[in-house]
Amino acid sequence: MSQPSPTEVVEALRLEDVHKSFGKLEVLRGIDLTVSEHEVICLIGASGSGKSTMLRCVNLLEPVDSGRIVVEGKEITARGVDVNAIRRQIGIVFQSFNLFPHMTVLRNITLSPREVLRLERAAAEADADQLLERFGLADKRDEFPDRLSGGQQQRVAIVRALAMKPKIMLLDEVTSALDPELVAEVLNVIKELAESGMTMIIATHEMGFARDIASRVCFLDAGRILEVGPPEQIFSAPENPRTREFLQRIIEAGRM
Amino acid sequence: MSGIGPPGAPLPSSDDEGGSRASRILAWGRETEGARSVLIAMVSTVVFFAVVITAVVTSSGWPIVKKAFFNGAIFRESFPGILAAFRVNVEMFLIAEVFILALALFLAVLRSLPGPVFFPIRALAIAYTDLFRGVPTILVIYILGFGAPALALQGVPSSPFFWGIVSLVLVYSAYVAEVYRAGIESVHQSQVSAARSLGLSRWQSLRFVVLPQAVRRVIPPLLNDFIGLQKDTALVASIGVVEAFRQAQIDSADTFNFTPYLATALLFVVITIPLARFTDWLVARERKRRQAGGAA
Repeated sequence: MSQPSPTEVVEALRLEDVHKSFGKLEVLRGIDLTVSEHEVICLIGASGSGKSTMLRCVNLLEPVDSGRIVVEGKEITARGVDVNAIRRQIGIVFQSFNLFPHMTVLRNITLSPREVLRLERAAAEADADQLLERFGLADKRDEFPDRLSGGQQQRVAIVRALAMKPKIMLLDEVTSALDPELVAEVLNVIKELAESGMTMIIATHEMGFARDIASRVCFLDAGRILEVGPPEQIFSAPENPRTREFLQRIIEAGRM
Repeated sequence: MSGIGPPGAPLPSSDDEGGSRASRILAWGRETEGARSVLIAMVSTVVFFAVVITAVVTSSGWPIVKKAFFNGAIFRESFPGILAAFRVNVEMFLIAEVFILALALFLAVLRSLPGPVFFPIRALAIAYTDLFRGVPTILVIYILGFGAPALALQGVPSSPFFWGIVSLVLVYSAYVAEVYRAGIESVHQSQVSAARSLGLSRWQSLRFVVLPQAVRRVIPPLLNDFIGLQKDTALVASIGVVEAFRQAQIDSADTFNFTPYLATALLFVVITIPLARFTDWLVARERKRRQAGGAA
């Protein structure tokens, strides 16, 4: 391996022919995708097209049936890998926030750095405070999650994932459970992350956002990536008839 | 209750929209209904107990019953001894409780271990709960209380007090383990996903995320089991521990009177009623909290 030069594209993540079934239902039917460092990939497609499952497979929350997932040159789907070590490098944020309701915001964020990374309490809390400050949540540090709005909860969930200093962030329809007026605050956080150079894969129904933020957009349909390309191309001149159909429906629904 | 009034009484004129007016009418209706229910309940209670008490007190056998069960002199005489013996019940209860909480949690965790590798351990935990929930408590107390000391195990006490507690711990752990397990299973899988995605191991997820939430949810049913445990300490009398019930038996045999039993019953009731009300209060608070949480 040669030393990466500034112009050289470094591969962050590679999926090779990934298959995943739940019982008889084949959810992923051969996913191939290579993601470079600092890239923001948006996954679009109807519900059930496999976006969430794909993200959960990358985080090893679901074991793949066949195929390979490679992170920074290391195959994470190989036998005998330390899944906990891999998950430390890959943050995931869920549609339903999944904050721990019995812990304060601060404890939610510092739990894993302290227990997994073995940081001292003071160091973990200093990191957490810095992140909370950065995302406008400093005054919420001692609140319990159910006292926060959905948008605030989701931002805390993002901070919690970031506290592990992941190399890749996976965002699984993070605004789908939010009231419309709360979507923007979460999207702004993601935008800031993208600008800071975070490598991200984002499953989303927010087409306008995808067009703004994505380096590339993947259209998923029935467990396959039917089309990949820069957002201008996917949204303006989609090649695949299924992509055109999907975007047409979105436009008709007034979502774009 | 300001809402009581004849049907059709003018409602407070409201300046807000129809939705809240409708809900206010509903609330007013409920309040009136509530006041009527209380009144009916009171009248019905007074009439019912008047009839029952009159029937009992005027019955031909009442003087004999009164002498045999509600004898003031015997009560005064036996009560201090029974109260002193009741300390033994409370001791057994408190000691057993600590071990039950720990052993049951251990069993519940064993039973929640995922994956095929742990099948034998899960099977063992299931067999344990099946066995000790199936066998009558008094039978376990007999088998261990009379049988175990005969083994003359080195370093193990042979007192019935000790084996009585062991029996209660074994039996009640099976019940309490099931309560814990219900709590563990009530914590949504997404909480585990979130914990694991942050790099926490399976054990760390259980310890920091699942168990704290599970235990909080099962405190009311746990207290319920402890009310049962407190009562069942009386069963240990059968292997010769002189606790309240046994003391009452002794007193009763001396006097040919049942008043000591009633004195004992009174002690059990006095200690379990606050526990029961406390449980009710916790359940109500939990329900309220959850409803408030759901509305937010």
